[in-house]
Amino acid sequence: MGMKPSPFGTQIPYEEKELKVVGSNPEARPDAVDKVTGKARYAADINLPGQLTGKVLRSPHAHARIKSIDASEAEKLKGVKAVICRDDLPDMPVMHAAAGEIMVNFRDVTRTIMAREKALFDGHPVAAVAATSESIAKAALKLIKVEYEVLPHVIDVVDAMKPDAPLLHEDQITKGVEPTPEKPSNIAAQMVSKLGDIEEGFEQADLVVEREFNTKAAHQGYIEPHASLAIYTEGGNAEVWTSTQGHFLIRAQIAEILEMDISRVKVTPAELGGGFGGKNMIYLEPLAIVLSKKSGRPVKMVMTRDEVFRASGPTSGTNIIIKIGITKGGKITAAQAILNYQSGCFPGSSLPLCTPTAFTRYDIANVLVIGNDVTCNRPKVTAYRSPGAPMIAFGVETVMDEIAEELNIDRLEIRLMNAAKEGTQTHFGPKLGPIGFIETLEAAKAHNHMKEKLGPNQGRGIATGFWNTLGMETSATLNVNQDGTASLIYGTVDVAGGMRTAYSQIVAEELGIPFKKVRAIQSDTSSLGFNFTTAGSRGTAAGGMAAVKASRDAITRMCEVAARIWEVELDQVVWEDGHARPASSNVGEFEPLSLAEIAMKAGFYGGTIAGHAEINVTGGGPGFGTHLVDVEVDRETGAVKLLRYTIIQDAGKAVFPEYVKAQFHGAAVQGIGLALNEEYIYDENGVMANPGFLDYRMPVASDIPVIDTQIVEVPNPNHPYGIRGVGEVPIIPPLAAISNAIYDAVGIRMRDHPMSPPKVLAALDEAAPATAAE
Amino acid sequence: MKKHHVSTTINGDEVDFLCETSETLLDVLRDHLHLTGAKEGCGTGDCGACSVTLDGVLVCSCLVLGVEAEGKEIETIEGMADGDELHPLQRKFVEHIALQCGICTPGLLISARSLLEKNPNPTEEEVRFGLAGNLCRCTGYQNIIEAVMDAAQEMRGA
Repeated sequence: MGMKPSPFGTQIPYEEKELKVVGSNPEARPDAVDKVTGKARYAADINLPGQLTGKVLRSPHAHARIKSIDASEAEKLKGVKAVICRDDLPDMPVMHAAAGEIMVNFRDVTRTIMAREKALFDGHPVAAVAATSESIAKAALKLIKVEYEVLPHVIDVVDAMKPDAPLLHEDQITKGVEPTPEKPSNIAAQMVSKLGDIEEGFEQADLVVEREFNTKAAHQGYIEPHASLAIYTEGGNAEVWTSTQGHFLIRAQIAEILEMDISRVKVTPAELGGGFGGKNMIYLEPLAIVLSKKSGRPVKMVMTRDEVFRASGPTSGTNIIIKIGITKGGKITAAQAILNYQSGCFPGSSLPLCTPTAFTRYDIANVLVIGNDVTCNRPKVTAYRSPGAPMIAFGVETVMDEIAEELNIDRLEIRLMNAAKEGTQTHFGPKLGPIGFIETLEAAKAHNHMKEKLGPNQGRGIATGFWNTLGMETSATLNVNQDGTASLIYGTVDVAGGMRTAYSQIVAEELGIPFKKVRAIQSDTSSLGFNFTTAGSRGTAAGGMAAVKASRDAITRMCEVAARIWEVELDQVVWEDGHARPASSNVGEFEPLSLAEIAMKAGFYGGTIAGHAEINVTGGGPGFGTHLVDVEVDRETGAVKLLRYTIIQDAGKAVFPEYVKAQFHGAAVQGIGLALNEEYIYDENGVMANPGFLDYRMPVASDIPVIDTQIVEVPNPNHPYGIRGVGEVPIIPPLAAISNAIYDAVGIRMRDHPMSPPKVLAALDEAAPATAAE
Repeated sequence: MKKHHVSTTINGDEVDFLCETSETLLDVLRDHLHLTGAKEGCGTGDCGACSVTLDGVLVCSCLVLGVEAEGKEIETIEGMADGDELHPLQRKFVEHIALQCGICTPGLLISARSLLEKNPNPTEEEVRFGLAGNLCRCTGYQNIIEAVMDAAQEMRGA
């Protein structure tokens, strides 16, 4: 989403047919046994002979001019083999490129991985060392003398937008505003999305509700810290093993930043220990390469958790104003959103991605969305699972509930009355094709969750979510092996085991061979054409389409071999059920040839069988979901306990249904964590106060109730198996659903995130000051 | 830097290693002995990804110094399966799709085994609280809880 679809893109129409493998749960996932036995190799598990340990020196200041860096003492320490700082990386001009779901500017990227003129956030890298042991590397960091001139800083997005706020970039003029402002500001850009006439829309309304919401920055929270191992050889080649969602993007970024040819950089993605959008960008990779070049030895770098929090991720903290107008009859006539988003130390929040999601769940004639991308002294934000969308839904879905209450309309009914459907004009451009949103609302209405009785201080919340599915460049090679097995080489990183399973299912279905005969293998950057990163819920949808195309390509080659054996024309051979067969009885009397037989003979009849796909997928399909949650609020502590949770979502077609449900669980629980506890906290010096899992409180098993899931399947017409992306939608509704449930339970509207015990308690006290005073 | 000589038993094998005073048991396992199944998620004992047992007691190996392992028996994820035969917990994790990225999985399995040793017949709530020291960011825990309950039932029947 946010990326312009290619007019030369690939879509393959949905075919309704009987399926043998796709849509059923395989007995075992190909990655699972290695993961339960500790044998799966993550980036930090890989070592090379003679490798050094690399560590990063980070700014302790939120905003400071770097006057000088003196590494001479560190370089003298025994065991230190290389020290680098800003002078060891080439400066970059302004140059934009896509990195995952977010656009980047290489002038800023090189300054993010290593500060140049200024340190712009607590944790900003200022130097790095490579040494023979971690303890020596750490000792060396302490010997590097950095002279800082501490500058005033700004952390909060609303503060950063004020005219007198400390400026991060003295030459930053807001883009997208007419006339062009004369004075620089922290507002890097303004983005507008509109439909119809917003003023007329509000005039048609009988009721207009406007509310302000604030959310804190939150981290993706992957359990695996960033880790990279690099070796630079005298021949001028670099090889990197790293923790990433997109090795081709990492390669491109490395090549750009270090002014190397792309062909000289090889990146191998290790098994990924969680990314959720946060592992599309380079952090350690170029530093490890430069340290390796300088020391002549392989260099391994692994972040600590403190570094992960302070210097990678997070998603934007926001200030959001939502205004909705509606008739007495319950028809929404106008909707407006002002989205003020932290982008961190450089421009580039997730606004281009989340703006289209603002009101797209509803059919509204007049829409205005204004987004402000605001720099502040925080780490550069990156994508986090449906980047930026949960916060907008928090506002929109809460206001929907307020309106429903005011008009005395049922909360599900008001959503059904205004629900987007096929033909709905979106405010970001296209009209919607066939979608399953109404189906999820109807399923929620009929769900037994809705019948469960609630006790005192208990309440129920409802909220919905939408996310589009990204396509982008996708390559795959299918090798049909001599023994009748098939190896799919894929290049869209399998972030958690489900994708390689789904790819194998799709190839098995296409070729007509058993699932166990197919193995999907992750490529490095040298064994396949470019693949976009795993982002925008594109993995199974786009990678799956490439698997279909590569399979069909291989089938054509196999039919060609059969035609040569039978001495007939290619169009006289068809592929059915894992065999080449004569297209009709007129062709001749030939025994069908199995895939294994053809594979064995292929060498003689023209060469090994392989199929290819090098495509730009544009056939992603929009995904919609509806969530239900029951909570109980403890009036003494302000703690919100979840009692029951239900997720209903349109998957288009679930290739591996139990795994799709597992994705629903995981995304929703991230949303629950975001709702209840997770937040970046900064002290008065702009230093992060909670850079650890003890104080940055992610959900643990005992926080979570039983989760019900229901998959709705309205096939995506532009995908051969009807697949829609599923990974991102379910993180969107929980914030709003929980907020609505708290209101239902105790009558308070939570508009400031997170809904943690102190905040809920304060809101309860405010609502009943007399009780609090007693 | 002077190193200490430590003699220990790991997954039934006698193992000697040298380590610096400040190195943790997790550093030793991963960096010196190349037993990389235990993971470092935080280094502060908050995530449980480095869980191992020390003389049968569940510990975060990032909170134990290497030198403290002297004379102790350590069990790690690498010793959980019996050859090709997976431990029932490992098998049930695979069956119930109780893992996605898998980085927390070794720690969760070690932790779950300790839980079931102490309480072979736990309620769902006891499993949720028993595993509350192990963070998982992918699964939302539901399938993990189901896998542990199912494994417990099978292990009681065996």
